[in-house]
Amino acid sequence: MRPSLSKPSLWAINIDEKRTYEIGMPALIKSFLLSILLLTSVAVDAFTLEELTFDSPEQQTEFRELISELRCLVCQNESLAGSKAELAQDLRNEVYKMMRAGQSQDEILDFLIARYGDFVLYDPPLKPSTYILWFGPFVLIGIGAVFMVRALLRKQSAPDAELSDDDRLRLKDMLADRDGKTDQSS
Amino acid sequence: MGAASTASSTPASHRVLVALVPLALFIALVALLAFGLGNDPRKVPSPLVGKPVPVFSLPELTDPGRSVSDTDLKGTISLVNVWASWCGSCRAEHQALMALSEIPDFQVVGLNWKDDAENATQVLRLTGNPYDMNGYDPDNSVGIHWGVYGAPETFVVDRKGIIRYKHIGPIDRTVWEETLQPLVAELQAEG
Repeated sequence: MRPSLSKPSLWAINIDEKRTYEIGMPALIKSFLLSILLLTSVAVDAFTLEELTFDSPEQQTEFRELISELRCLVCQNESLAGSKAELAQDLRNEVYKMMRAGQSQDEILDFLIARYGDFVLYDPPLKPSTYILWFGPFVLIGIGAVFMVRALLRKQSAPDAELSDDDRLRLKDMLADRDGKTDQSS
Repeated sequence: MGAASTASSTPASHRVLVALVPLALFIALVALLAFGLGNDPRKVPSPLVGKPVPVFSLPELTDPGRSVSDTDLKGTISLVNVWASWCGSCRAEHQALMALSEIPDFQVVGLNWKDDAENATQVLRLTGNPYDMNGYDPDNSVGIHWGVYGAPETFVVDRKGIIRYKHIGPIDRTVWEETLQPLVAELQAEG
């Protein structure tokens, strides 16, 4: 009785599993392909804005890296590489021209910082006006750590420290008293 | 027993102060965030303030034979106004600029930015021309050197050709009366 009942049910589970697997696989592939498509479409999108030619693949890579480190000031959450704003286009062209003219990355960055300020950089430089930005979190963590350590130390030392000699004597008496009572009851 | 266990070696007033520390920190944080909310992230401070105007030369908008250059910005207090015919806020500040152009010993210099000469000229013809001269910069070749990232933007330049202030957005009565006018008066006093 029992094996004959359990067998079909086992089969049913197997078939169901197989089916979900078969349905699941194409969906997974589909989402994977879609994500690939989305990723590449963004990259293609950003670089079909202007047709730029480079002396070497290295120069092209350098250009891409540079413009992805720079902020578009019109759409501040976009880099120069990802923005369709006209200003971003102008600045990309400027970066391109300077690069083709043989200027170094630092020279190009200095040029843009001198005109648009540190704000064009996604990575703010370390200088007195940005100390709070760079060190603020560590200072806060430090303050938090001091408080935590103090609280922990206090908790640990509290039972001993809070008892005066008188209290200790009374406690000793009470404990002796209780022990005496339990002795009596047992 | 209960009273003995809560008794502390630190005086009560000290403990109250310590308890207030998180509250104080919280208030400080709220104040910081409120300050941050009040700031307009679109108003990026210009690193050019305090520096001489960039060297440039552009054709004059309505008179292409003439040129407008950095030398035109020396000797007189100037308001350098970045504008374009496609820019709605520029139209809004046009009236204010018309009034400012009346001030003696003071020039309003336009930087016609990423615009079409014909459209720009027509705007000036139809609504009046507040500018003493207008540099025509259709492809943002000079705008980049001024750190322009939108229109309207206005720079206040002193007699020595040093940029003293940058205003982002349209000039209205409040901006003029509270910020620009006192600055211009100060520059006039500098002689």
